[in-house]
Amino acid sequence: MALLELRGVEARYGPVRALDGVSLAVEQGQIVAVLGANGAGKTTTLRSISGTVKRSGQIVFDGKPLGRRGPESVARLGVAHVPEGRGTFAEMSVEENLKLGAYVKRGAIDDDVARVSAYFPWIATRLDQHAGTLSGGEQQMLALARALMSHPRMLLLDEPSLGLAPIVTREIFRIVSELNEKEGLTVLVVEQNAAIALEVASYAYVLEVGKVAVSGPSEELARNESVRKSYLGY
Amino acid sequence: MAEFFQQVVAGLASGAIFAALALALVLIHRATGVINFAQGEMAMFTTYIAWTLIENHGLNMWLAFAVTLVFAFGLGVGLQRTVIRPIERASILTTVIVTIGLVLIFNGLAGLIWSAEVRAFPSPFPNDTWVIGGVAISQQDVGTFLVVLALVAILWAFFQFTKIGLALRASALNPDASRLVGVRVGWMLAIGWGLAAVLGAVAGILTAPTVFLDPNMMQAVLIYAFAAAVLGGIDSPFGAVAGGLMLGVGLNLIGTYVDFVGASLRLPVALLVILVVLLVKPAGLFGKTVTRRV
Repeated sequence: MALLELRGVEARYGPVRALDGVSLAVEQGQIVAVLGANGAGKTTTLRSISGTVKRSGQIVFDGKPLGRRGPESVARLGVAHVPEGRGTFAEMSVEENLKLGAYVKRGAIDDDVARVSAYFPWIATRLDQHAGTLSGGEQQMLALARALMSHPRMLLLDEPSLGLAPIVTREIFRIVSELNEKEGLTVLVVEQNAAIALEVASYAYVLEVGKVAVSGPSEELARNESVRKSYLGY
Repeated sequence: MAEFFQQVVAGLASGAIFAALALALVLIHRATGVINFAQGEMAMFTTYIAWTLIENHGLNMWLAFAVTLVFAFGLGVGLQRTVIRPIERASILTTVIVTIGLVLIFNGLAGLIWSAEVRAFPSPFPNDTWVIGGVAISQQDVGTFLVVLALVAILWAFFQFTKIGLALRASALNPDASRLVGVRVGWMLAIGWGLAAVLGAVAGILTAPTVFLDPNMMQAVLIYAFAAAVLGGIDSPFGAVAGGLMLGVGLNLIGTYVDFVGASLRLPVALLVILVVLLVKPAGLFGKTVTRRV
């Protein structure tokens, strides 16, 4: 059974329908990408899972329907959502950001700080720095590190490449696949940059105006010329 | 010179009370963007609770104070959950009207339950003075100042070093991101109201021995607290405390040395402070702009 399954999920912002019956599944230990143009509903798909937008349809995580759960409650089930714009606490220190990441956990967090610092070595030396003064790439890494602090069962990653230099984007995706290999972390990543997302993900869904237009294993989508031309734009 | 120091010490004591109430205003404003106009009346109401416990139920003064603080916390939490939460998404005007409504409700309730009669309130401190180098220092003033200082220190440590404190700050700074890490933001806001009510209760208990207890006793104090909060920066806890102390000392000195102000024009001076700060430096003295890279 899939770790996460969406069946006919709909969501709207006021009168605007953003999701029009999206169905997708993410298996345990898999990296799955959600691709598509601006406004296709990629971000809303993640938001419907974490409960930051009103949604209908069926969303089942680990056998539990997410139905009416709000974001606090979804987070407590082990779903870590790194939102668009990263959602770091700019006015707080790096360390406080990490502590907040471990908010739903009990007990000491030193081990976890060491654990995530293994992936982002600069973090250990800059725990006192204000998150707001980090570079864009560092903020994205901090957002990832913070999500990891809670030992999530699933990571929802929204457009990690946004506003970052290609080399930084590459580094971030490298770390994501390393996390997937080493810790078996399940990832659902939304990305505008289809090429890099397809390299890392094993399966992908392409959204078009709130619906799944195409889906399939990443290599197949990447090889399929017509899919590439009409949906992925490269 | 002795008079000058005496006025400074007295000013620090009244300033500490302004600071406590200003801090309550700042706590709530930071977390929810709401200015709680009922902060003063809530303080007055809880002070009556302390008075009732002592006078009518024969409780030991300190025990009565402790019970009052617990009651105040519950009152703040309860108000947030029942009255403020339903209008969370309403316009600023709506929240202003609702908190002004609370002013009238608490004022009316206090009059109804305890009558408008002015009552003496026991002071937790001895009514003596220390004379140091010709300067008479009231122990009441010193006690008031120290209590507020200790309270501020405890609150600061709570916000800085505890997990709930961290979650409270996070909820105020970025509620959406806080929810995503599992913080129950709604409850954090309620706890913020509870803590603000506790600060108010302390301000009320410290005010009542000198101005006596009546349903209107906190109204002027609330204006001073507003002036202090605006002066220090309505989003800066440190500013609220510094603003309160500066205002307390400043008003005392102006009242003493500027003849036409005296005791009667102190309140207008406080309003003038609000006006001037809002015109000249709306962020207040300690309201800071955080540097951010995007």
